[in-house]
Amino acid sequence: MTSIVPKEQSAESKNDLSTEEHEDFRLFGLIAFLIADGMTFAGFFAAYLTFKAVNPIGPDAIYELELPLPTLNTVLLLVSSFTFHRAGKFLQKNESKKCQKWLLITGALGVAFLISQMFEYFTLPFGLTDNLFASTFYALTGFHGLHVTLGSIMIMIIWWQTRVPSGRVNNENKFPFEAVELYWHFVDGIWVVLFIILYLL
Amino acid sequence: MTISIKPTNTPPEKLQPSGWLKYLSFSLDHKVIGIQYLVCGFLFYLIGGSLAGAIRIELASPLSDFMPREVYNQVLTLHGTIMIFLWIVPVVNGAFGNYLIPFYVGARDMAFPRLNAVAFWLIPPSGLMLITSYFINGAAQSGWTAYPPLSITTPAAGQIIWILSVLLLGGSSIFGGINFIATILKLRRPGLKLMQLPMYCWAMLGTSILVVLSTPVLAGTLILLSFDIVAHTGFFNPSLGGNVIVYQHLFWFYSHPAVYIMVLPAFGLVSEILPIHSRKPLFGYATMVFSIMGIVVLGLVVWAHHMFTSGTPPWMRLFFTIATAFIAVPTGIKFFNWVATLWGGKISLNAAMLFSCGFIINFVLGGITGVALAQVPFDVHVHDTYFVVAHFHYIVYGGSVFVIFSSIYHWFPKITGKMLNENLGRFHFIITFIGFNLCFAPQHWLGLNGMPRRVAEYDPQFQLINEISSIGALLMALSTLPFLWNILQSILYGDDAGDNPWNALTPEWLTSSPPPVENWEGEAPLVLEPYGYGKKDSNKTQGKLK
Repeated sequence: MTSIVPKEQSAESKNDLSTEEHEDFRLFGLIAFLIADGMTFAGFFAAYLTFKAVNPIGPDAIYELELPLPTLNTVLLLVSSFTFHRAGKFLQKNESKKCQKWLLITGALGVAFLISQMFEYFTLPFGLTDNLFASTFYALTGFHGLHVTLGSIMIMIIWWQTRVPSGRVNNENKFPFEAVELYWHFVDGIWVVLFIILYLL
Repeated sequence: MTISIKPTNTPPEKLQPSGWLKYLSFSLDHKVIGIQYLVCGFLFYLIGGSLAGAIRIELASPLSDFMPREVYNQVLTLHGTIMIFLWIVPVVNGAFGNYLIPFYVGARDMAFPRLNAVAFWLIPPSGLMLITSYFINGAAQSGWTAYPPLSITTPAAGQIIWILSVLLLGGSSIFGGINFIATILKLRRPGLKLMQLPMYCWAMLGTSILVVLSTPVLAGTLILLSFDIVAHTGFFNPSLGGNVIVYQHLFWFYSHPAVYIMVLPAFGLVSEILPIHSRKPLFGYATMVFSIMGIVVLGLVVWAHHMFTSGTPPWMRLFFTIATAFIAVPTGIKFFNWVATLWGGKISLNAAMLFSCGFIINFVLGGITGVALAQVPFDVHVHDTYFVVAHFHYIVYGGSVFVIFSSIYHWFPKITGKMLNENLGRFHFIITFIGFNLCFAPQHWLGLNGMPRRVAEYDPQFQLINEISSIGALLMALSTLPFLWNILQSILYGDDAGDNPWNALTPEWLTSSPPPVENWEGEAPLVLEPYGYGKKDSNKTQGKLK
């Protein structure tokens, strides 16, 4: 019924009453969704913090976390946010080769994060059902890892779609790029909170 | 970047089924989606109502003789879940929201039409999944609250299907909420200010904020619960070191706002219906807006009043008692505003008006018991008794469902272009009102005398009152018949409604009935005074644009 067409195409029909223009609020919708998504994490964090405050860890329960690997993970994600931003700058300048290069680096950092996270999972001394804190740890990091996985896939799609000349994402149609970038920064921010709550507190 | 909506660009004919088939298609028209929500919701209402009937038949006698106890547990779980997640929430939000909000903001469709259709089409499969779980291995037995450890120890298959179904419905609700927020805040016709919108827009804005903030927490909680059931983790399992209270906190963080998700849109709908049928402006528009937003804020910080008997510490009880009592203030403001709207008006006692007045009466009774339940000493006495059941049904049936019927009587002429039979409608109201009060008012007494809820058997001394309550339920069931007959009869042979049978000023009446695909033939009308009844010049601007 309704279809979205770029402004340029509809310029000649401006006086047509049946064509109405409004601002692009797709990003607004995405922000609302990210708030909802953030509330899911907030629920998990609240549960974890309450467990920590109320349920004492058993004497024979093993729940130890090492810092080096997650710190590396934090650096990986923070750098990837920066590289994504960098790719956006080149997209604005229509330098798609450079934009693609930085997107590829971002995607590689995301995948590196996932590999590093997997490595941590395999080296930890506890499993999912060992005790309450182990379960919460895996649930929280797993749910976040799911977000990183989805983000990495979307970055790869964007990378493929920014190719010249046949890609569909460019300076004129950059909503997909902006959306994935916003999502990626969100996942990054969640990780920082998660890192502080789970590893540092 | 700007986006143009080009309505002339319709898909090829073949992809766009016409006639009644469009209601079974992935249509993007907000009006079609609204009707899909309404009809789908009503079918689930009939199923949930039959389950309620089964409960009342069982409770007509003290012994568990009509069905086995496990089946009784499944029936009450399905009744609660279906009525909340598949009837009231989708209908007061999805059905009327989708149908009316684009009109009210002067738009041709919702902000995200495809997301809108996705949100609707998540509902039928999850509802069917929930119902079929009964036939597979027994449905969930732990009530609509699914409290662990009960939900962990009852048969797993039904509980997992219940969780998946509620997750899908929650997703649908979130997508709908995002859509409403974007539509109301961003898609308003130029020249239309927020404070000029009809009240239902404000109610839906508040509701959608609650949906977006609280539903994800329920989703996260249910994911953790499913881990407990499937992977044998111990989040909420005390025998594995878990904590059931955390589940209750997270669950009620959604499920208390869920009450407002069910009832705030009903407030909005009543605020539309009362001024039109009493020919007076809505009393206290600004106070109405602020009290809706007050309810939204307070609604997020009162959840633990459901947990006064869960070992909640005294300081927490005090805080949540006070916060809950405060909600009575904005709610009371709204109540007095409605009464003041009626006061001295030229009231036409048609079916829509009668159901709205029935809502006001029932809701004030439910509100009074709500304030009583917020007081810890009283709550401890009646917790988990039939008093709570009575209070809850006064809010959701006497409140929301009465408003749904009122809205159907009010907007049926717009949706179909035919008038409903008013006398049958009044008859429907009278049986519903008597049946409802006969069914639920005695349950206050049962609860005060200690009859526990969710149990198939009870002390024989309660039998007489339970029989009275069951007769009320029978009347409620029978009241559906004149309603259905009325709908069927009117669609086939009803009088022509014309564009504006109620002489209303809100924008949905300023187009043909039923409205064309893009809502208006020409430009959308600019309605600056949606409640300007009884004013001399209020029709002038709007008449020109019509």
